[in-house]
Amino acid sequence: MNLLSSYRSRTMPPAVQFTEVSRTFGEVKAVDQVSIDILDGEFFSMLGPSGSGKTTCLRLIAGFEQPSSGSIRIHGSEAAGLPPYLRDVNTVFQDYALFPHMNVRDNVAYGLKVKGVAKAERYARADEALAMVALDGYATRKPAQLSGGQRQRVALARALVNRPRVLLLDEPLGALDLKLREQMQGELKKLQRKLRITFIFVTHDQTEALSMSDRVAVFNRGRIEQVDTPRNLYMQPATTFVAEFVGTSNVLRGAIAEQLSGSAQPFSIRPEHIRLDGQPGPHEVQVAGVLRDVQYQGSATRLEIVLDSGQLLAVSQANDQWLAQPQPWQPGQRVLAHWPRAAMTSLKETPA
Amino acid sequence: MSVAVATTGTPLRRLGNLLYRRPNLYLLMLLIPPLLWFGAIYLGSLLNLLWQGFYTFDDFSMTVTPELTLVNFAALFNPANFDIILRTLSMAVAVSLASAALAFPIAWYMARYTTGRTKAFFYIAVMMPMWASYIVKTYAWTLLLAKGGVAQWFVQRLHLEGLLQLLLDIPGVGGSTLSTSHLGRFLVFVYIWLPFMILPIQASLERLPPSLLQASADLGAKPRQTFMQVVLPLAVPGIAAGSIFTFSLTLGDFIVPQLVGPPGYFIGSMVYAQQGAIGNMPMAAAFTLVPIVLIAVYLSIVKRLGAFDAL
Repeated sequence: MNLLSSYRSRTMPPAVQFTEVSRTFGEVKAVDQVSIDILDGEFFSMLGPSGSGKTTCLRLIAGFEQPSSGSIRIHGSEAAGLPPYLRDVNTVFQDYALFPHMNVRDNVAYGLKVKGVAKAERYARADEALAMVALDGYATRKPAQLSGGQRQRVALARALVNRPRVLLLDEPLGALDLKLREQMQGELKKLQRKLRITFIFVTHDQTEALSMSDRVAVFNRGRIEQVDTPRNLYMQPATTFVAEFVGTSNVLRGAIAEQLSGSAQPFSIRPEHIRLDGQPGPHEVQVAGVLRDVQYQGSATRLEIVLDSGQLLAVSQANDQWLAQPQPWQPGQRVLAHWPRAAMTSLKETPA
Repeated sequence: MSVAVATTGTPLRRLGNLLYRRPNLYLLMLLIPPLLWFGAIYLGSLLNLLWQGFYTFDDFSMTVTPELTLVNFAALFNPANFDIILRTLSMAVAVSLASAALAFPIAWYMARYTTGRTKAFFYIAVMMPMWASYIVKTYAWTLLLAKGGVAQWFVQRLHLEGLLQLLLDIPGVGGSTLSTSHLGRFLVFVYIWLPFMILPIQASLERLPPSLLQASADLGAKPRQTFMQVVLPLAVPGIAAGSIFTFSLTLGDFIVPQLVGPPGYFIGSMVYAQQGAIGNMPMAAAFTLVPIVLIAVYLSIVKRLGAFDAL
């Protein structure tokens, strides 16, 4: 994998390459010295809380913003100063940004119309794009007559009709309800595999980023904390911010960290890696505490433990036994939590 | 149970309950005063006026008799009267076009670049001229445009007398001086009606999300294409609303044509003269029909062009 990616980076330029890019708005550093290589054909997510700089990065690629310093290269050529209409990237907007005065077909054909493609051909290609997102038969409707999910698909078809090499998606699923959202996640991933183009996906939803992406960049305060595969991001978070933002994690610091891991460095332990039943093995860490709260959540039970040293520890126990068991946990009960030493990941402290 | 509750209490309370249970009755009570006003006083008197257009005016005795005739409406097509209609109509079209062209950049700036205090400042700046009396403003313009007035002084300072003379020599546009030319009258009309064009266009541009412009550029449209394909179609309802004001206000005006520009009637001043000095109420009523018909035609053209599709 590492060999392959280094080979690729030598032979073909990355789809998008940021080199020490900053974007400041007055005093605010929205993007602060960001460098990333997004590979051709990759499903790349930019994940972070609101105001972390991920959307500004996307707008820098689209050309709606210009960098204050640094260089942005799209497929090897410098993009700084290029207006959006001269860039070979297309965007799916958060609010879809469909033209309200045009019907669905004209919306989708717009990119071809402004390039001077003849009517017959652009309508044929628009209908093809609509078929791709399963909206054939809706061509003559106005955007106002569509549901949120349908508008989303029109926006997707409209962005894909120009056959861009890079597709930018700005929280496109944010306005959809949960079921539709999960369905669209699967469809987007399938579409990306089929078209083999680069998808750059901005989201604040870590589940979405983990389930769809080849790689994820985690943003915090205009900087990138970590760029990695979803699995590595979850299993080996590099910083306290990533450990707490991606999934749920217990980040232990100071004396308790030193007591449990032997090092003053903060570390992370995932709630589902902690056991409360059985006896600790020889390579396990153990710590005692009192159960404070028990929440039954269906597939798992979430427990909150107050350690004797005062810290809180979140624990998740899978309800993976088919037979119904009496709930063994009671608040106030004393428990011994234990986990394998290898499940702990030591972290770099993210400055607050 | 609910009936028992509704029929007890003070009469006022019972009325309140009744209205709550019958929302249509409530709506009807709300609408009766404006309907009466609009129906009886406004539409009634308008129809009554138009009806008088069918009455007969005796040139000799200068009296009106209620004998119905179509002579007045036919007289609108006399060369002299038709000239008045054409003159007014072309002025109204020119004023609307010029107002739209001038108003658009101002409206664009207000909608896109101002917020909070600066927006309030622009609203006040646009509406302030409407606080002053319209007649005072028109008289002020006669002085500004007069021979030896401020306008002429400016033109001289800029050494553009030659250009001004060239403009004034164009037949149908010019005249002997600015204040007695069609051009001067046009300037005054544009000045007076401009706020009525700026505000509706500004309102329509305000509703245009910035992401639409970005989406257009993102799909490869150059700024000119974005303007023609996205901005203009979505601003057209505002331009149409503004032009209805400028168009109909110019059609009906009778002060500006009397004070500024060359001699010759406008529809408004013709109505004023017919019913005032001459006492020919039927002819005045017939002339009143002209702006109504013209605006109806104008609206149907605008609608045909799809101006209201984006509403």
